[in-house]
Amino acid sequence: MQAMVYRGPFKIRVEEKDVPRIEHPNDAIIRVALAAICGSDLHLYHGMMPDTRIGTTFGHEFIGVVHEVGSSVQHLKVGDRVMVPFNVYCGSCYFCARGLYSNCHNVNPNATAVGGIYGYSHTTGGYDGGQAEYVRVPFADVGPTIIPDWMADEDAVLLTDAVATGYFGAELGGIREGDTVVVFGAGPVGLVAARSAWLMGAGRVIVVDHLDYRLEKAREFAYAETLNFTQVDDVVVFMKQTTDYLGADVAIDAVGAEADGDLVQTLTSSKLKMQGGSPTALNWAIDSVRKGGTVGVAGAYGPVFSAVKFGDAMNKGLTLRMNQTPVKREWPRLFEHVRNGYLVPHEIVTHRVPLSEIPEAYHLFSAKLDNCIKVLVEPAAA
Amino acid sequence: MTEVHRPYVADKPAQRETNEQLRARIPGWGVDLDPQDRPGYPREQPGIETGAHWELPERQEETYPRERSIEHGMLPPVFGTVAPLHGVSGAIKRYAYARYSEGRLAHWLLLIVGDRVEAFGAHVRSFATLHPDLPVKVGAVVAAEVHGEGLRSRFGQRRSDVKHQWLDPVVVLAPWVVSGWVGYRLTKAVLGRR
Repeated sequence: MQAMVYRGPFKIRVEEKDVPRIEHPNDAIIRVALAAICGSDLHLYHGMMPDTRIGTTFGHEFIGVVHEVGSSVQHLKVGDRVMVPFNVYCGSCYFCARGLYSNCHNVNPNATAVGGIYGYSHTTGGYDGGQAEYVRVPFADVGPTIIPDWMADEDAVLLTDAVATGYFGAELGGIREGDTVVVFGAGPVGLVAARSAWLMGAGRVIVVDHLDYRLEKAREFAYAETLNFTQVDDVVVFMKQTTDYLGADVAIDAVGAEADGDLVQTLTSSKLKMQGGSPTALNWAIDSVRKGGTVGVAGAYGPVFSAVKFGDAMNKGLTLRMNQTPVKREWPRLFEHVRNGYLVPHEIVTHRVPLSEIPEAYHLFSAKLDNCIKVLVEPAAA
Repeated sequence: MTEVHRPYVADKPAQRETNEQLRARIPGWGVDLDPQDRPGYPREQPGIETGAHWELPERQEETYPRERSIEHGMLPPVFGTVAPLHGVSGAIKRYAYARYSEGRLAHWLLLIVGDRVEAFGAHVRSFATLHPDLPVKVGAVVAAEVHGEGLRSRFGQRRSDVKHQWLDPVVVLAPWVVSGWVGYRLTKAVLGRR
């Protein structure tokens, strides 16, 4: 089969690989119909995630058709069209049994601090991802869900991570009626977080980024006020001024490890790998929110330490809430929102490419060319 | 008279728009106002139905010695099997896993060193194949820059990242230049002894 393959930082190509095989009785093999490139895939592409091995296939956002099932699979059959959460999880460990699917303890030998994720290095379990024609999906009775007839493929693939994570980011903020919510990052997750903040009763939503075309999308898609942070001298002072010096009630970090805006943070993280990630957006969130406020972290960081302004967070009495998204738990409610038109995921898609062109797509997405927000990938076998 | 701003007095700021105005302007405004309607609430939900029909999953066969964090009490029953550890990089990573917990910086730094050693070996070996790894995937980059209008996308925009994007080629090319220089010096030293 054809698959995207990692060859080292900034180097990927499309190669022939063996079709994955059933390795556990509850495995399924899925023929991928549509995949996506996530902003967090760029952390791998840039060589930021420890134990990203040569030959690994990325891709934790994908939908497809069941091609083969293991002997203990009861809930799926060959031919079913399924969407697969980005979490690999067992459904039965201490954490899964309490709904913390993204913190599963039974699927990742390489680390206990993170669960399993498709195509996201050995630090999250060493699974191949869905930017390929076929992919192994463990615990087929737990993770995948049959795509509802009414749901568009583009919406389904975005629900496997970006939409669920954006909504979850807003949930982490614990938004209350009338709250002022500031969202850092106007990528797919930030756009959905901003849109979701309204669903939770926000009174004002402000989105911060440095890419004007994404801020324009934030105004259209998320009905948000916007700030291009390159246009102000100090983001935190701006946030205080625009909230009459109170600060926002809730701030959401929808950027994560490669946040821009502070050259020292960028150099020591993205370029020199001395930090698990550049916490520029997180620090702005901590300093922009009011005392007693809440910071929700939906952006992903690496396992090495990051220079976070913890003193300010402590002194301000902030609540910091964060996790990888337990995707399937979010789905029933999100399906309703998509069906009712409250969330329209496919509006954030800007590019759709064949798998054979994925090296170009990674560069385009990484360098933010051609007004790129979200790239979908179509394998040949689809 | 000095203007008194919000936090210096007790009142909450007035909402800029009323709930009715927001509901009229934004489809679905407030439908998840009640935390009970949010699927992530409460954070832990003991007894949640997951679809699992086992107490402990059956164990996947361990076909090669699978490295694991020393913070694990046992090898978890299911794991990925892509790209097993091998060679020098594998030895470095095995040591990182066997010796240091995830709480130790040495654990992660050794894994990153192992990554770079593995990449170096893979690049060298690739030159003996029909698909050598070039320092830059020229075709893909050129195609993306042309189709994506690299100049227009970057310049004349109010972007923060153009200040440091020029460093990316340096990050990519520096190991090649250093390796080439070391190789040259070593070759010269060996030949010079003859």
